[in-house]
Amino acid sequence: MNHMTEEQLIAYRDGESRGRESFTAHLNECTDCRREMDRIGAVFAALDAMPVPDPGKDFSRRVWQQISPRLPEKRSRWWQPLFEPRRMLALGSVAALVLLAFFLGRFTKKTPSGVNLADAGKVRERVLVVAVGDHLGRSEMILMELANAEPEKGQKLMNISAEQKRAENLLEENRLYRQTALRDGDTRMASTLDELERVLLDIANSPDEVTPAQFEAIQKRIAAKGILLKVRVVKQELHQERENAVAPSSQSGTAVTERNKT
Amino acid sequence: MVRMRASIERADPEAVSDAIAVERTLAGERDAYRVLVERYSLNLYRLAYRMTGNSHDAEEVVQEAFLRAYQKLSQFAGNSNFGTWVYRIAANYAIDRIRQRNVEEARQAAPSRPAEDGLEIDPVAQVKDPTASPERLASSAELAAKMRQALDTLTPAERTAIVMRHWEGCAIEEIATVLKSNANATKNTVFRAVSKLRKALEPFTGLRGTTRAMGTES
Repeated sequence: MNHMTEEQLIAYRDGESRGRESFTAHLNECTDCRREMDRIGAVFAALDAMPVPDPGKDFSRRVWQQISPRLPEKRSRWWQPLFEPRRMLALGSVAALVLLAFFLGRFTKKTPSGVNLADAGKVRERVLVVAVGDHLGRSEMILMELANAEPEKGQKLMNISAEQKRAENLLEENRLYRQTALRDGDTRMASTLDELERVLLDIANSPDEVTPAQFEAIQKRIAAKGILLKVRVVKQELHQERENAVAPSSQSGTAVTERNKT
Repeated sequence: MVRMRASIERADPEAVSDAIAVERTLAGERDAYRVLVERYSLNLYRLAYRMTGNSHDAEEVVQEAFLRAYQKLSQFAGNSNFGTWVYRIAANYAIDRIRQRNVEEARQAAPSRPAEDGLEIDPVAQVKDPTASPERLASSAELAAKMRQALDTLTPAERTAIVMRHWEGCAIEEIATVLKSNANATKNTVFRAVSKLRKALEPFTGLRGTTRAMGTES
């Protein structure tokens, strides 16, 4: 094989995947190309050695002081927040789940006479069960993906922007469900959603790309709160409630009171 | 909602997500923008310093980037990260700033050969200092100074590409967006930048091989 060109060496160092295996094999055999690679590495080392002067601890405050008088007032329209994409998404999914719960109520198994499914409280509770169960399922997915991810060998930065975006989208829904749970006196559910909200906020506020050390810190924070287990337990309970709701039941008391007992 | 609001009002900037801060700024709360300024100022400063090479220009880039982002905030769809978005604005403004500076410097100095993007810059060869010895360059401070000079010889596009790729770890596609180019052309720009830096540092550090011509039979 010919010696690698400078372009190929730079591209290889930059992580180019095309033809990587053959280049790796060549570099293992060719001392000239390895030496060239070291020299290119020295350029990057020299770049790394260049310091960026510290602009001072109060830099951010200084920037704000400089620009704030120059910021024009933004006139907000009262309806603008209603059409904000995140809010639309959250409200849309809640509306879809309400409709789903309505149709479930119409078409699922007939209950024995005397049990009035049209009871407003029970319908509402079922809607919450379906919606929160779905929400917890999606949250669990993100937490599991983050808990199980590992940096590849030699990887300097990990991109978590997809999980970050999903966490951000779930925040609005989470807030709505937590408030509903609180209003309904479902303190245990509200507490779990409150803890979940903090973890989702933590993920949403993380940088797009994190170093393996930063990523490990996020994983530790998730593990320390035991949130994944709590989410799974509540999700399982909700699933059970959903099963019970469609089956004839003689149990007394609502699911909320049962959950608060545990 | 009440509890959430209360936690935001506790002025813990870390507790407010970018999306919420953007939403509140758009709703007319100018102070909500402060959270974003405080969160991203330092990152933007590092980028701007590496691109412009001096603190004065870097500070100006940071301020201008936040001003422009505020003015265009209603165009920020929310489907990308605010940090990435304002970072792009800063990189674009830094390119404009370097170009403007190069033009001003070219007006004052004797004209040199035109660069690839039409700007008057010093050729790479001008960095070479025949009086420099390996002993002198053993000092990392001096090597850093030579590197600064070498970086100044890059075109704005090359400098942006190497700063964003090497220091900031940006994806090629992201750099291509800033440079208004495509992925392949951007890869070539990164390559040209590294190659030029290497040539510029060659007389001082022996960074170039002499044993064989690259691309020839081994």
